[in-house]
Amino acid sequence: MSQADVSQATDIAAAPSRRLTGGLFLPLVIFSCFAIIPLLTVFGAETYLLGLVTRVMIFAIAALALDLLVGYGALISFGHAAFIGIGAYAVGILASHGIGDVLISFPVALAASALFAWLTGIVCLRTKGVYFIMITLAFGQMIFFTASSLAPYGGDDGLTIHARNTIAGLKLLDNERVFYYFALLCLLGTYLLCRAIVASRFGRVFRGAKENATRMATLGFQVYRFQLVGYIIAGMMGGLSGFLLANATNFVSPAYMSWQRSGELLIMIILGGTGTLNGAIVGSAAFLLLEEWLSGFTEHWKMIFGPLLVLAVLFVPGGLGGIGAALMRRLRRG
Amino acid sequence: MSTALFIVQTLNGLQLGVLLFLIAAGLTLVFGVMDFINLAHGVQYMLGAYLAVMFYALTGNFFFALLLALGAALLFGLLLEFVIFRHLYERNHLDHVIATFGIILFLNQGVKFVWGAAPLTLPIPEMFTGSVALMPGLLYPVWRLVVIGAGLAVAILLYVLVTQTRIGMLVRAGATNANMVSALGVDIRRLFMIVFGFGAMLAGFAGVMIAPILSVEPGMGDTILILAFVVIVIGGIGSIRGAFIAALLIGLVDTLGRSFAVDILRLFMASSTARTVGPAIASMLIYVLMALVLYFRPAGLFPAKGR
Repeated sequence: MSQADVSQATDIAAAPSRRLTGGLFLPLVIFSCFAIIPLLTVFGAETYLLGLVTRVMIFAIAALALDLLVGYGALISFGHAAFIGIGAYAVGILASHGIGDVLISFPVALAASALFAWLTGIVCLRTKGVYFIMITLAFGQMIFFTASSLAPYGGDDGLTIHARNTIAGLKLLDNERVFYYFALLCLLGTYLLCRAIVASRFGRVFRGAKENATRMATLGFQVYRFQLVGYIIAGMMGGLSGFLLANATNFVSPAYMSWQRSGELLIMIILGGTGTLNGAIVGSAAFLLLEEWLSGFTEHWKMIFGPLLVLAVLFVPGGLGGIGAALMRRLRRG
Repeated sequence: MSTALFIVQTLNGLQLGVLLFLIAAGLTLVFGVMDFINLAHGVQYMLGAYLAVMFYALTGNFFFALLLALGAALLFGLLLEFVIFRHLYERNHLDHVIATFGIILFLNQGVKFVWGAAPLTLPIPEMFTGSVALMPGLLYPVWRLVVIGAGLAVAILLYVLVTQTRIGMLVRAGATNANMVSALGVDIRRLFMIVFGFGAMLAGFAGVMIAPILSVEPGMGDTILILAFVVIVIGGIGSIRGAFIAALLIGLVDTLGRSFAVDILRLFMASSTARTVGPAIASMLIYVLMALVLYFRPAGLFPAKGR
């Protein structure tokens, strides 16, 4: 057997998982990059770069969750920022009552977002396609207006958190570098969980419902239940992202859950390529870094960014992940 | 006082309703016929208002400004369709969302770049200034009545167009099954283009009509866009009749809710709590309504047949 044959054989054997998540190479590169960035910052511009990349990782968590829904379940949620907001407000409200420990705020943030996902999921998942997009938007708006009216917690103006959460009473997260690795740990955990979910039996049913819900129902699966569980899991991941965001900025405001923010999350995963998981991380990095870079040039950076999005859709279907896959194919072939 | 206030707010609600209808009509047709999610529909409304302000500054006459703005809005809609959107009809909804979101970013910033971030105003045309007494002691601005009248007139015009003309028949057929219409030998691309341009013009018209009441500013299309989506989803995508009824419903519920939520809540809670909770509940009301409608009628009140 020649080497080409062998590699082809392993290709076929690895095909299902590779098609789903794109192998191990890219995630190893991504996470190695994240892991070594703090070491590079010894050379200066430390807090700026750390803060920026922390932000990327935090949004990557929310984007991963959304990719789970959109890319694997065809559940296009236009209200995913609501979960970021709920996670963030859980931290903010607890902090304003003097409770600022991860051991409490973390489970509360996750539980609150799970509860919201469960309650809204029951209604949302009755609808399909465009109607699902719009009803998730509606719930996003509802929670947005609820937050705006929370007068004791800042209302429209938002709520300042006076100290970052402690871990079991220790002020570990106050160190930017520790916080960075804490966020990285959360991202890694979310990523691995997503991969495990996608490959599991549960994930197969969930994905099957994307391809053909009627067929899955005929096979005897109660599609609705699987989708609801998936929706709750994605909601909790969104809550995790919000939990980190509130701690990163020491501030929460209704703007965290505006519909524009939900749109940005969708853009991130489309930019990176949906249904790849890696794409969600690459996409959020591309989006936030591009935003940061362009806004350094001119205050009218959106006039450049907008057309870039249009061009990306017109000429790069499949997002950055699509380009990557095409390059990999070409490399392998030749 | 209460009856007068109620009548005024009902008229205001009606006015918001017809405004929403003007925007939602184009949106629901584009959505229904082409299966295309056009988030950029809201910026076309904003652009209509800005164009009216610009042409008013040039001509000094509201009606010339209106005509020129309508023409420009139509041209701009056709241009967008020709350059960008027609390449996206075959793609999925996600691609529509991202591309039109890009256009929103560009145009919101673009008007800021050209006209500045400060809100602009457009004066009410001379002959429609002032108020009219609807009842003894109840004055209502004439221009708002004109907006209501114009909106209703457009609704009737659209109804005639859609139900009585050949092009309207094709549009209805297209909303039901575009492929079949195409297979029967209709140039569906041209039909799409006409529908799109017409929708853009209606949104522009809404922008011009509302410009004398609201301030003309960047981002003014974003809020109304979301409301318009709520309208078309409640009404049933692709249905003009549904859009009309849902638009009036949303206009009334939103306006009356905002005016009376606090008073109603005060009946069964402390007035300080009511003042805090009231505005939030009022803002949420239409979304609650939409969630309820979708829970019981997952395809809206008047689903277009065949979808």
